[in-house]
Amino acid sequence: MLLNGIQIDDTFAEAFNMRGTRVIITAQNHKWAYNAANAMTGFATSVIGCGVEAGIERELSTEETPDGRPGVSILMFAMGSKVLMQQLETRMGQCILTCPTAAAFAGIDSEDKISLGKHLRYFGDGFQTSKLIDGRRYWRIPVMDGEFLTEETTGMVRAIGGGNFLILATSQPAALAAAEVAIEAMKQVPNVIMPFPGGVVRSGSKVGSKYKTMFASTNDAFCPTLKGATNTELSSEIESVMEIVIDGLTFEDIALSMKVGIEAICKLGESSDVKRISAGNYGGKLGPHLFKLHDILNGSQS
Amino acid sequence: MSTLTFNLKQPPQHAINCSNLTPNQLSGKTTSQIAATLITYGNATVSTSELFEISGIDASHITFKNATPALDYIGANMASGTITVEGDAGAYLGFGMKNGEIHCHGSTQAFAACNMVNGVVRIDGNTGDFLGAGSEGLRKGMRGGTVIVKGNAGDRVGDQMRRGLILIEGNAGDYCGSRMIAGTIGVLGDLGTYTAFNMHRGTLLLKKLPQLHATIQDCGSHTLPFLSLLFKSLAKYDTQFSKFNTQRVQRYVGDAAYKGNGEVLILNA
Repeated sequence: MLLNGIQIDDTFAEAFNMRGTRVIITAQNHKWAYNAANAMTGFATSVIGCGVEAGIERELSTEETPDGRPGVSILMFAMGSKVLMQQLETRMGQCILTCPTAAAFAGIDSEDKISLGKHLRYFGDGFQTSKLIDGRRYWRIPVMDGEFLTEETTGMVRAIGGGNFLILATSQPAALAAAEVAIEAMKQVPNVIMPFPGGVVRSGSKVGSKYKTMFASTNDAFCPTLKGATNTELSSEIESVMEIVIDGLTFEDIALSMKVGIEAICKLGESSDVKRISAGNYGGKLGPHLFKLHDILNGSQS
Repeated sequence: MSTLTFNLKQPPQHAINCSNLTPNQLSGKTTSQIAATLITYGNATVSTSELFEISGIDASHITFKNATPALDYIGANMASGTITVEGDAGAYLGFGMKNGEIHCHGSTQAFAACNMVNGVVRIDGNTGDFLGAGSEGLRKGMRGGTVIVKGNAGDRVGDQMRRGLILIEGNAGDYCGSRMIAGTIGVLGDLGTYTAFNMHRGTLLLKKLPQLHATIQDCGSHTLPFLSLLFKSLAKYDTQFSKFNTQRVQRYVGDAAYKGNGEVLILNA
């Protein structure tokens, strides 16, 4: 398949089941909402080393937040509910409780509830008070800048992580420039995050390693400097590959985000020096969800 | 279907216990079964049709017409539907109410919303003492729901209140929020003495600073973010309280005599 001179491989991205949640962070202004959200989603690129994958989904206007202040929404994903709960509590305590003027609210409804401020309230040392407003419980924890307001719980839903595509270009700057264009377009899609730095990952991994202690290692088939040394996937003119990884609430959300991202790159045309779009799959070793590039771009998701 | 209406035939000589005349007690009953429903009148037990003219069949919406303060326990333990009281209600309006809505166009006697669990009670007139309190011997008062009083309330509003919201647009009497365990009481008018007496936790949201006793201590002026959530949540009710959009309050905490962590917030509107 050729889209505006760029080849789309007949392959698929392979994704796995995760647990996800959304938290709404508000503050006095967007600057401080971002300070809180950036701290909370920091060191959350991959479950391999961080426990969770998290990112800012989008900015929220004063009309969209529960308390009428500027805010941002955060999506957070983990491999299991226990890790998600642990990470959310830790990050709430160290990143939101500590951030001046920040408040936290549930961003998603679900039967499964995980604690947002439920345990954090004990920081109040007996001076904390709760308010039940419209069936939702909030905690008011006295802190040095005034009062920290947080909802007691947020919802936890079944989600999908690891949707991805690879951008193969003739130079490193070209691959990165195309990735940036894709990320800007994909940021407009709701219910997804791209958890890596700037949304882009340069060290795509494969499952397993020659070393016993490692369960993931460099994706040598897509490493341009190993073209002659390994069973490569790259043709001679490819000098750099960037990957965009997507976590989302549903299959459709991830598929849409992949479509938007790939189309944004293809719009750049041949002059972008992007030659191919491919996807990371691991022969069925990783997960049950298959995002077939051709189907996604044709609008027939499978 | 037409509203099930109980029209008092003549002013009663004794108190009438209306706790059997609720939507959940009467749903599915025929007109004759409703007419034969037994109610307590003074120390006698009589059928409903002896005291009321009954019309309509839709038990999910009940109206009491020509209501007087002799009608006690209207909407007691009701779990669904609506009750409209055209006139005044007696004591224990909405006693132990589980859900639904009661709208009293007139005033009520004491113990309105006593032991209430959920739902909405609106009182257009005044109400007596012990609004939202617990019944005799109980150690917890109202446990949830919303009460809106357009007029004045008597003494001991929210005595031992555990949860829920009481909004009074007029004045409240002495000992407002006494022994309050949690919940929120708003008063726009004046208050009597000993406000927040022995208050454990909870919030009194006031427009005017009442005379506070020594064990309620000033914590200064503050901006409290939860107030925006609270006022926003009141928009669905027809009440003066939903018109506030300030988060600035003077905060008093007590009752220190009880090691209490309750708060009295004076709105700086």
